[in-house]
Amino acid sequence: MKISINGLDKAFESRIKLGIMAALAVNQTLDFNSLKEFLDVTDGNLASHLKALEKDEFIRVEKSFVDKKSNTSYAATELGRKAFSDHLNALEKLIKGVAE
Amino acid sequence: MNEEQDYIRDIAQIRAIMERSSKFLSLAGWAGIMAGLYALAGAYIAYEVLGFNPDELVYSSTNSSGSSFSLVQVIALASAILVLAMGTAILLSYNKATKRGEKLWNAIVKRLLINMAVPLLVGGLLILVLITKGLIGLLAPFTLVFYGLALYNASQFTYEEVKSLGLIQIGLGLLSAYFIEYGLVCWALGFGVAHIMYGIYMHYRYER
Repeated sequence: MKISINGLDKAFESRIKLGIMAALAVNQTLDFNSLKEFLDVTDGNLASHLKALEKDEFIRVEKSFVDKKSNTSYAATELGRKAFSDHLNALEKLIKGVAE
Repeated sequence: MNEEQDYIRDIAQIRAIMERSSKFLSLAGWAGIMAGLYALAGAYIAYEVLGFNPDELVYSSTNSSGSSFSLVQVIALASAILVLAMGTAILLSYNKATKRGEKLWNAIVKRLLINMAVPLLVGGLLILVLITKGLIGLLAPFTLVFYGLALYNASQFTYEEVKSLGLIQIGLGLLSAYFIEYGLVCWALGFGVAHIMYGIYMHYRYER
């Protein structure tokens, strides 16, 4: 676990990774193209961030075949959900701290 | 306070993505208004031109009230209203989605339609059964009830207000099932007036 000093997860320093987790938090599974549309990013960019999240075991990849075409879907793992919600809590704490 | 701005922007972005990826927000208020106008016109034609206003459960050609209407024409009229309303909704939603820089056909729309399809198909099949059994008085109430159930189901994936619209349709359907003679009036209220009011409200709340 790479936790930076204030409880924010290093993995979510990238806006795109944060976006992927946000989209997967409210959808059971999403395929590559849906993610691309919601986040408005390029193929290569999205693919590399997805790979990194997969390596952290924050997301799960589900390959299936639709009409003989391979279809890749992504889902958040329990670990990923927890990391995402911890990150949100840390953000909240920080902003509260700043406001006080 | 640069950091603080960053955090707030992060959170705003998370919110936007969660909403965009879980709700269908391209439904145009005008679609509701137009659907309502088609329905009111249709109800008027059914009543005035085709003489359709069943006041009892079972329709027989030797009706006591002496009214007779062509069931085929009524069904054709209803189908025409449905196609018009759906076509308008698709067209307007397509325009709105394009304006928002989104595609109309995506994972959310698919989910929304699947959730609507189940009650609508069940209702449609049941209504076909009613027609074959001659229970014409129940047509209007059943279309209202099942359409309302479909909306209630769909409300999870689109604007929250769709839930109350669904409940209104269900309520009108149940009411008209008891007061058969008010079936066409309730149908005009549900598919016509409720759609128009809802469309105007949505247009002013979300699209101005």
